[in-house]
Amino acid sequence: MLNIIVCIKQVPRVTELPWDEKSGTLRRDLAAGMINPACKHALEAGLQIQEKIGAMVTVLTMGPPAAEEVLREALAMGANRGILISDKRFAGSDTYATSFFLATAIKKEIPCYDLILCGAYTSDSETAQVGPQLAEELQIPAAAYAENMDIKGSTLRVRRLVDNFRETLEMEFPALVTVSMEKYLPRYTTLAGLENAFVDSNISTYDADALGISDNAIGRQCSRTRVRKVYLRKAQKENVILTGTAAAVVSDFLNKYENKISAAIGKTIEEKEPGND
Amino acid sequence: MTKKQKSIWVFGDYRNYFQNRVTLQLLSKAFDLAHVISAEVCAVVFGHEVDEWIMEYTAHGADRILVIDHPSLKSYSTENYLALIEKLARERDPEIILIGATDFGREFAPRLAKRLNTGLSADCVGLDITDDGLLLQIAPSFGGNMLAEIVTEKYRPQMATVRPGTFKEIPHNYERKAIVERLPLMEKLSKSRIRLIEYERAVVREHTIENATVIVCGGRGLGNKKNFKKLDELANLLGGDVGATRPVVYANWADHKALVGQAGKHIKPKILFSFGISGAIQHTAGLGEADFIIAVNKNPQATMMKMADVAIVADASDLLGSLIKEIKKRIRD
Repeated sequence: MLNIIVCIKQVPRVTELPWDEKSGTLRRDLAAGMINPACKHALEAGLQIQEKIGAMVTVLTMGPPAAEEVLREALAMGANRGILISDKRFAGSDTYATSFFLATAIKKEIPCYDLILCGAYTSDSETAQVGPQLAEELQIPAAAYAENMDIKGSTLRVRRLVDNFRETLEMEFPALVTVSMEKYLPRYTTLAGLENAFVDSNISTYDADALGISDNAIGRQCSRTRVRKVYLRKAQKENVILTGTAAAVVSDFLNKYENKISAAIGKTIEEKEPGND
Repeated sequence: MTKKQKSIWVFGDYRNYFQNRVTLQLLSKAFDLAHVISAEVCAVVFGHEVDEWIMEYTAHGADRILVIDHPSLKSYSTENYLALIEKLARERDPEIILIGATDFGREFAPRLAKRLNTGLSADCVGLDITDDGLLLQIAPSFGGNMLAEIVTEKYRPQMATVRPGTFKEIPHNYERKAIVERLPLMEKLSKSRIRLIEYERAVVREHTIENATVIVCGGRGLGNKKNFKKLDELANLLGGDVGATRPVVYANWADHKALVGQAGKHIKPKILFSFGISGAIQHTAGLGEADFIIAVNKNPQATMMKMADVAIVADASDLLGSLIKEIKKRIRD
């Protein structure tokens, strides 16, 4: 039976991100989590393979202890087991470090994998780097943006659209694929499935020591980049408020912003000269 | 011996118009950065029959061009290109490598950074040199709502990817000269583990909602599917695209492809019209890079109205009708 690993990430769901003013980082411990949307597509792809040809689907995540929730959600969708790697010292890791930790967990706990699936990007800090870097760390072939996968024996065929080229690639297992957001629309989680996932736990948790990651390979020591500052992208908007009847307010609005809109659309919407009527 | 000349590399990504444009835009930025740290600008080009790109990169600011031109490099291959650039980078030790955040670049750059044991920041919207001489990488975070200033302190090269359209290319100057180094294909280019079975230029539009300049988005406040469909008319008039919120997609007023937000597309239009959208985080997470927002909603307290440049307090459907009528009257080339 095929052995599939799906890497998922917990991202914050809340409206107001709890921000630590002092350190300029997100208080992930305070944010309610959900499976990153892109990762759900990867999980769906894994589950479709599982249904079609049979596979053991392991979901793997790195995060705070609360990230166990997203593993349970994945189990409710149909994954067979979950692995959480969690250690305070992993906090603040960049993609270089994260891919190293994930690779270490895979080598130790799931060494006989065939296929690793990842999302195309994450919604909180869309770097899309962890998938390719994990492939590099494990020294396996990888293809990004898969829209379709065909498996024959130990050969994987991937169809994808990259930079307006439609490509069909073929590689042997083990391999890593990141799944396009356009395809593999995630299934709904049934309530019964969710209940079962909380009752019947098939989740293991490992920290750095359990994975045999030495102190000097953790956190900032391992990260290659450093975030010096984080700030809100924009200054407060002007927020002009217009009210009135639809016709009047439209005319008012267009008169005020006709130049801006004309420039953006490459046509003019300036009011025509009234003279010649 | 004089100190080794610092070098800023730009990866020559040229397979289509947009890819080539981002390369030219990066050369322009590299040109500015090179001035500050007294470095040369070096373009790296792999492929077969690439003289056209050598000429273009010279005209757009490259001082040196490293070329490997060979029939076996005719089609893009992440694995081959990685092996080649890794070898060159190890030999020549560039200070900075810039790569376009094309589909290819997004797959290629992270692997290269890992191989070279260095850091990489994705989709930078700004690049600068810090007081201590490091590459300051300004990258969006949290759906574009935040910006992070990132540096790679101890490792080299310092690497960043940049989306097309972020920087402006400098006008070409075909009088410019560059040192062109034509290098042989290294002897044992190991067999790629990935076989390219077929590829063809896709017959999809270059244009997508992600790079649309004008977008009109609609939400439940438009009332019904018929009203929502009127957005098409406004979008057509303005040469823009239609976006939708999740409830509207679920109600089948719009296709999933139009979904804007956390689970859908992240957009960056110059002008965004938002009709009858309250502004749940699931939607607004995709709007961080919208430049100018006009929101229409009956409720002036809606989040979407608060984050707009212009908030029009009105029934979304009524206003949409009036706006279409008025623009039709006014619009001309």
